[in-house]
Amino acid sequence: MNKLVKSIKEAIQLAGLKDGMTVSFHHHLRNGDYVLNMVMDEIAGLGIRDLTVNASSLFDVHLPLIDHIKNKVVTSVAADYIAAGLGKAFSIGIMDNPVQFRTHGGRPSDIAQGKTPIDVAFIAAPSADVMGNCSGKYGKSACGSLGYAFADAMYAKKVVVITDNLMPYPMEGWSISEDYIDYVVEVDAIGDPKGIVSGTTKITRDPVGLVMASHAAKVIEASGLLKDGFSFQTGAGGASLAAAKFLKDIMLEKNIKGSFGLGGITGYMVDMLKAGCFRSLLDVQCFDLDAVESIKNDPRHQEISAMQYASPTSRSAAVDSLDVVILGATEIDTDFNINVHTDSNGYIMGGSGGHSDTAAGAKLSMIIAPMFRARLPIVTDKVTCISTPGKDIDVLVTQGGIAVNPNKVELRQRLADAGLPVVDIMELKEKTERITGRPDRLPKGDRVVAEVISRYGDIQDKIYNVVE
Amino acid sequence: MDIQKRASAGTMESSDAYIEIEPGNGALQIQIESVVEKQFGQAIRVAVEDVLKGYGVDNASVHVVDRGALECVIRARVETAVLRGKGEA
Repeated sequence: MNKLVKSIKEAIQLAGLKDGMTVSFHHHLRNGDYVLNMVMDEIAGLGIRDLTVNASSLFDVHLPLIDHIKNKVVTSVAADYIAAGLGKAFSIGIMDNPVQFRTHGGRPSDIAQGKTPIDVAFIAAPSADVMGNCSGKYGKSACGSLGYAFADAMYAKKVVVITDNLMPYPMEGWSISEDYIDYVVEVDAIGDPKGIVSGTTKITRDPVGLVMASHAAKVIEASGLLKDGFSFQTGAGGASLAAAKFLKDIMLEKNIKGSFGLGGITGYMVDMLKAGCFRSLLDVQCFDLDAVESIKNDPRHQEISAMQYASPTSRSAAVDSLDVVILGATEIDTDFNINVHTDSNGYIMGGSGGHSDTAAGAKLSMIIAPMFRARLPIVTDKVTCISTPGKDIDVLVTQGGIAVNPNKVELRQRLADAGLPVVDIMELKEKTERITGRPDRLPKGDRVVAEVISRYGDIQDKIYNVVE
Repeated sequence: MDIQKRASAGTMESSDAYIEIEPGNGALQIQIESVVEKQFGQAIRVAVEDVLKGYGVDNASVHVVDRGALECVIRARVETAVLRGKGEA
């Protein structure tokens, strides 16, 4: 048996890809990914049309996708996150069908349940053997975890592994195993290491960011959740990382031994593991070089699939055991609904990723955001797009006060008792508008360019085209 | 009151504004670019006009590049540009 084929083109042909089918990709190579573009160019060259691209996320390195959409090679797109450059193209309406946004948990759930069947999955593998065992931990294009690719590998009708580090069978330390893989292709490079992982992300030095981060850590301390066994997820933004640093100081000072850190993992979470703040890291995606090194060398740093991370239909998912998550927002409304899909002018520039999943699962879901960014208030009457429903958001931390969801009476009392500056969210909105002025509402387009599908599968909101 | 010479104030940093002012051709011309044009375009124009009026500037060409500055910042930058243009700062 020989799974090794000469070229991506041959793999596409052997997999039987035809007009109208669905292809899938995962995003661990982030803005350094070559694989999606290489595959789509070959597909276009073969004259195959009317495809659905189901990608866990799309970055601006994937801008060539615009031409494939214009040429009707691709007529439908599903993703959990779309970066600003591509997002703008979708927002001005380059595609007839609306983009389908899912969450990092909803996507594998729908794949596993057969709601979004994949005909051919393409796995970008930093190392693989000739039978398709593969891993992200080794090789020149190492990205660490391959968490988002598991559902694609397990449920697609045909699975193609594309690697730039072909190893003799059997390789050691695979993540995805040969029993799911149909074909293996060796290429010169699957990505640009500079775009795959960032260097060490620095914590913010901005005084506003530091005030917010300090408040965030104190909110966690006062919440009653910070005790032995504590579990935590935070993003890679400067203020979120600063909050992790303040939290680490508190945990070390009080000698609190947490259970796990979750999510996209940064070097800061690795530092917390090494310092004894957690027993384990559960990693669906590595954000930086320190995280890649750690998952390769430290058995406490464990790879998880997107199903284990966040799927609402898994028998259990790690988000269900999560105590605290720190999340960002471009807008939050007075009902605590969050927008992370569009920018303040209505253009698509993101997506839920794991936002909704972790917010739903965590005992305390906290948003950190400044009162305003470039004169635009963070708190609005109604968000442009509901990415995460307000019922799942517990607290908003800004430099101008901490707003607690009215459904969290006990939490509000705990924070007030700890002397933290608790404010009503309406009050916070008014306070901000006294500084910024009240922004005029944006005109709304008349065409749906994207549907936001909740982690449970219902259409939660729609994104309209931007009137330029 | 006349603007004597070309002058500028502010920066292109986020949350700041950059103002250029120069002697006019007999009228006041104001050109505004802003990252928050849709939300605050009108408010920015009113603030700029108000500061210019306060200094009696009615013959100048003013170019505002706003990067999301608060109104107090825009007013301060315009005021500084005017005073520099008159040779007073």
